Amino acid sequence: MQYEVDKLGFYGKYGGAFIPELLHSNVEELEDNYLKIINSDSFQKEFRALLRDYVGRPSPLYFAKRLSEKYNTKIYLKREDLNHTGAHKINNTIGQILLAKRLGKTRIIAETGAGQHGVATATVCALMDLQCVVYMGEIDIARQAPNVSKMKMLGAEVRPAKSGSKTLKDATNEAIRDWINNPKDTYYLIGSVVGPHPYPDMVALFQSVISEEIKKQLIDKENRDYPDRIIACIGGGSNAAGAYYHYLDDEKVDLVSVEAAGLGINSGESAATSVLGSDGVIHGSMTKLMQDKDGQIIEPYSISAGLDYPGIGPLHAHLIESGRSKVLNATDEEAIKAGLLLTRLEGIIPALESAHALAALEKIDFKPEEVTVVNLSGRGDKDMKAYLVSAGKHIKF
Amino acid sequence: MGKERINNLFNENKKEILSIYLTTGYPEIDSMPVLAEKLAEAGVDFLELGMPYSDPLADGETIQYSSSIALKNGIDFDQYFNQAKAVRQKVVIPLLFMGYFNQVLRIGIDTFLDKCVDSGIDGLIIPDMPPEVYKNKYKPIFDKYDLGLSFLITPTTSDERIKMLDELSSGFVYVVSTSSTTGKTNGFSDSQIDYFKRINKLNLNNPMVIGFGISDKQTFRIANKYSDGAIIGSAFIKALKGSKDIERTAMEFAQNILK
Repeated sequence: MQYEVDKLGFYGKYGGAFIPELLHSNVEELEDNYLKIINSDSFQKEFRALLRDYVGRPSPLYFAKRLSEKYNTKIYLKREDLNHTGAHKINNTIGQILLAKRLGKTRIIAETGAGQHGVATATVCALMDLQCVVYMGEIDIARQAPNVSKMKMLGAEVRPAKSGSKTLKDATNEAIRDWINNPKDTYYLIGSVVGPHPYPDMVALFQSVISEEIKKQLIDKENRDYPDRIIACIGGGSNAAGAYYHYLDDEKVDLVSVEAAGLGINSGESAATSVLGSDGVIHGSMTKLMQDKDGQIIEPYSISAGLDYPGIGPLHAHLIESGRSKVLNATDEEAIKAGLLLTRLEGIIPALESAHALAALEKIDFKPEEVTVVNLSGRGDKDMKAYLVSAGKHIKF
Repeated sequence: MGKERINNLFNENKKEILSIYLTTGYPEIDSMPVLAEKLAEAGVDFLELGMPYSDPLADGETIQYSSSIALKNGIDFDQYFNQAKAVRQKVVIPLLFMGYFNQVLRIGIDTFLDKCVDSGIDGLIIPDMPPEVYKNKYKPIFDKYDLGLSFLITPTTSDERIKMLDELSSGFVYVVSTSSTTGKTNGFSDSQIDYFKRINKLNLNNPMVIGFGISDKQTFRIANKYSDGAIIGSAFIKALKGSKDIERTAMEFAQNILK
């Protein structure tokens, strides 16, 4: 496969493990064991059973009839929003918690932005009876109170990251430091296809169940196993990586990644990393990231807490650089409108992240016979506040 | 002078060697050169000049704090080099830059190294530059410049890997005393002493300098007993925090360790 990671953990020039020596043994332990464990029969059996019985997979591939009529084409929604805990995040946390157990780890740490990955991690820790510490930016704790309560109810300790900008990037730094200080018993459960090798490859593998299912489901519905196009939002890029995975080498499938433009690409309040970013190292990985002239990392902005990350996963940097994926972007307002549209046409309230992917529908010239899959990565329950404030400008509640 | 200046220091066979880490731009944007001058005057043997970074993964709370203050003060690349140059004109001891790989990449490795030489910097510590990638990709660029480069060794580093890191280092190897970010420990445990002894037995090509967890005269003494020198970082930054006379604080801090 042309888009597979190489021995040193690189996708083309992106990826690798740019970590302080303090982390070397932690990462090496993972690198030496992850494929062996994941590919074992006992792991696969347990992983598949939990995805089916606990997460509720396969998630439906739903033909969105009224949405398709609006754009005069065929649009399917991959319903990751119907998963337990409300998003694709759980696919990865189930996989990593089983790995952590097999590595003999007793303490789990994670970073979280909006709290979705934190909740998904706290959930699997409760399931497996493992200690759980979630790092979350102090600012995010204040604005995502319901998820903080959920994590606590699930038995996790939520530790505020008080450094830097006090958001996701800093929560990630704190989690990495915790891992440095607790190398023996602690497993760092990363939530996206970011971080040092082998995390991007491992998280993509766990999320690849999404495209595996799309392949099977399309045969039933379209009598062929591929769509013409897949659309997914990218922050770090885990839902997109999962939705693309089995089609990476299939060039007849267009891969469309949608970034958050925030208040507008050139507004200074944006998270469109592929446009505003340049090559560099963030959280142990060579990728594209938003940085100033001195290499200081810039804090991004988006209405969607899951998309305001200053980097993208190295696989995506490689897909973009090689032209395999195309990047579109959507502003806060475009995302809100797209979320509202889906709600009224199909009775589905999408997460604001997924609403960015839907907003791209406005920017594509469709042919009527084309098949497009939009990865509906999560549900909108957590975003009701933002919807009420912003959507209230467009409709009456 | 470059790495030769570092080699000369370790060839003097001094009994104890003290290095102090300073964050450029902390506590005030222009504090570093005056502090460096005072520390040299007090007898510090070499200086580690920190280039503040927004996301300093290998540092603990204290240095992350001083870095964030320095960045708020408006410190930038031009000033790292200008201030280093100013220090070079005043002091003869080796000067090292400590920064993160993204900073070096951003300005361009060649440009960065060239400016280091031009500013009178003798060596570099870049904790998140992976040795494997350095060896395969960047070593020929670094080799064009006569700068020392110190890779880090930790308690979890295998003997085989220590030898590899020693091969790639010049000037000295940086022995991290603990599996923990800086500024966290007090005193050395038996297992830490065993770890120092283990490295001693490997007969490395480079001198070994211990950093992390050295905060006072006692830990400085012990570190020197098992190595060729010791670096103090967080403890010095803490001493500066809240000081009304930073020059005096710096002078007294170094004198207390060395007396």
